[in-house]
Amino acid sequence: MRKVIWGLLFLLAVLHQDFWNWNRIDPLIFDFIPIGLAYQIGVSIVAAILWAFAVHYCWPKDVDVPDSEAFDATPQGVGRSAHV
Amino acid sequence: MSLSSLNPGQTAVLVIVVYLLSLIALGLLSQLVLRLTVADYFVASRGLGSVMLLMSLIGTTMTAFALIGSSGESWKSGIVVYGKMASWSGIIHAAMYFLIGLKLWAFGKKYGYVTQIQFFRDRFESDKLGLVLFPILVGLLIPYVLVGVISSGSAIEAVTAGAFPNLFKSVDPKLVGAVPYWLGSLVTCVVVLYYISAGGVRGTAWVNALQTVIFLVLGFAACFTIADKLGGPVAATKMVLEHNPTRLKREVTPEDKQLYAEKLAEFKTDPKKEIIKPVEPIPALKVEFTTYLFIPLSVAMFPHLFQYWLTARSAKKFRLSIIGQPLLIMIIWAPCVMIGIWATSAIVSGQPVIPPDFADMNKVLPIMVKKLASPTLGALLAGGIFAAVMSSLDAQFLSLGSLFTNDIVAHYAAANRFSEKQLVLIGRVFIVVIVAVCWWLGMILESKRQGVFALGVWCFSGFASLFPLLFAAIYWRRVTKAGAYASVLAAAATWFWLFRDSEFGKKGELGHWGFTPVTIIFASATISLVLISLITPPPSEMTINKFFTPSPKPMTSQTMTPRTAYAR
Repeated sequence: MRKVIWGLLFLLAVLHQDFWNWNRIDPLIFDFIPIGLAYQIGVSIVAAILWAFAVHYCWPKDVDVPDSEAFDATPQGVGRSAHV
Repeated sequence: MSLSSLNPGQTAVLVIVVYLLSLIALGLLSQLVLRLTVADYFVASRGLGSVMLLMSLIGTTMTAFALIGSSGESWKSGIVVYGKMASWSGIIHAAMYFLIGLKLWAFGKKYGYVTQIQFFRDRFESDKLGLVLFPILVGLLIPYVLVGVISSGSAIEAVTAGAFPNLFKSVDPKLVGAVPYWLGSLVTCVVVLYYISAGGVRGTAWVNALQTVIFLVLGFAACFTIADKLGGPVAATKMVLEHNPTRLKREVTPEDKQLYAEKLAEFKTDPKKEIIKPVEPIPALKVEFTTYLFIPLSVAMFPHLFQYWLTARSAKKFRLSIIGQPLLIMIIWAPCVMIGIWATSAIVSGQPVIPPDFADMNKVLPIMVKKLASPTLGALLAGGIFAAVMSSLDAQFLSLGSLFTNDIVAHYAAANRFSEKQLVLIGRVFIVVIVAVCWWLGMILESKRQGVFALGVWCFSGFASLFPLLFAAIYWRRVTKAGAYASVLAAAATWFWLFRDSEFGKKGELGHWGFTPVTIIFASATISLVLISLITPPPSEMTINKFFTPSPKPMTSQTMTPRTAYAR
């Protein structure tokens, strides 16, 4: 499933190049949005759907890091820091 | 004095004052819950939830360009701007959060990183790399800050015209009585400085959430009101079809050129009959459309975004931000793009809304709102522009202070040389100095604001060119210290060469061989990174294990790698 999702995201990036709409105005979606713009709005919506699938099926296993003392360490630690 | 007795300029001043006071109140409120620890101040104790993270990230990445620039660009070049910038950003930003943000968040939590430079120093076992990256990151961030400072001062000046004619004189008759540019930009800087100082990253996150809601609502409100005044969206698009149909597509055919010539001749012969002066058809370039994908890669390298990523309570809190990015960008951009397109051909009471030969595309949205909506909506628009500007400025100021304090002062000072209090003071002074310099530069450059907006795109190109380095640092074990230096230096040299070629931004984004500058810089950075890494010795096993072996156990102070693990 992971490969399918990544494949679909790659396909979406390819389909984003809608050169076949380059010279088209019609059909006007809802009678006022030209097809070239409506298509790209559709790309945004499909992107959100595909990313929803990606967070469900392709979530990396090694990112759920438990709490550590590293960040709260004194300034001698790696993440030595100060607030401003 | 009642609200109705105020003139439009005074209404705008009232809205702005109420808005700024509410930001100060939020700053005060966040100060009450601030625990005054390093973790709380810089990364809100890594405690932000999904909604707050999403709103903060959107508020930070969407600048004034999302409102003013999107409508101005679509007025100038048509619908192509949405595909080039909004839908590409929707796909790429989400990818950056998923592929880069999550990983950096995990490394940050494991090893205590607060800035990108701490990560790069550790990953490439090189202290000096931090010294190379620091001026580059700060240098790229400052023009970005300048865009915000100039936008805020100019917007206040424009919307408050006529407010106090006895108090504020102006050589420009249109700006008599307006809050002057220097004062508007100064007030913006001071208010932002106040709330970041009061509440740290938590305060900025709260403010950004409010600001994001404001400009989300405002785009829709402006679009709805303007469409209504033009006889509805269908009638508004019909006017464009009649006068400037090329703004509704991306190709320009010989027939389009013929129609443009005929319309122009009609306008010149009888402007009363042909009311709209047609705008010159501009074809969209397919290579440019495709290679614009490199621009949103810049978000992965924004220091202020890195800081926000670290605030997430858990990795799962990223999920809403990843899914919400494309949708929220669409909600902000689509209405503004439609307003810009309608502006090319809008006629009300037999008069064009945008005068013929109008050239300042950054004023398209303000003019449409001023002429077609109420003074209150006009004033709210100013509030929306501030929201967009300030929600980026605050995070940028905070990250500049963080970079200097953590990567230079705290890093090079002997242990216990400075107390926490002294470091805090140093960081705050650095931020104040940087803000003062930006405000002063903004005063000098204000008259050349067009050029400053063009600088913004060059900044994005610069940040995007550092993306190969970041991606390789996370996903390629074989990338080496020498490869990292080569990539950074190649990107810097190519960037400077192309920037100089464009006469330091005056010629905009001057491409070569049909490619945008970012494509060329990106290619040179990637090739240098790969080639030099392959011919130089790989990094140590310890570093590879540190960054590529999943560690299920929590890191403790005993397992932490000391910051002096690599030679200085």
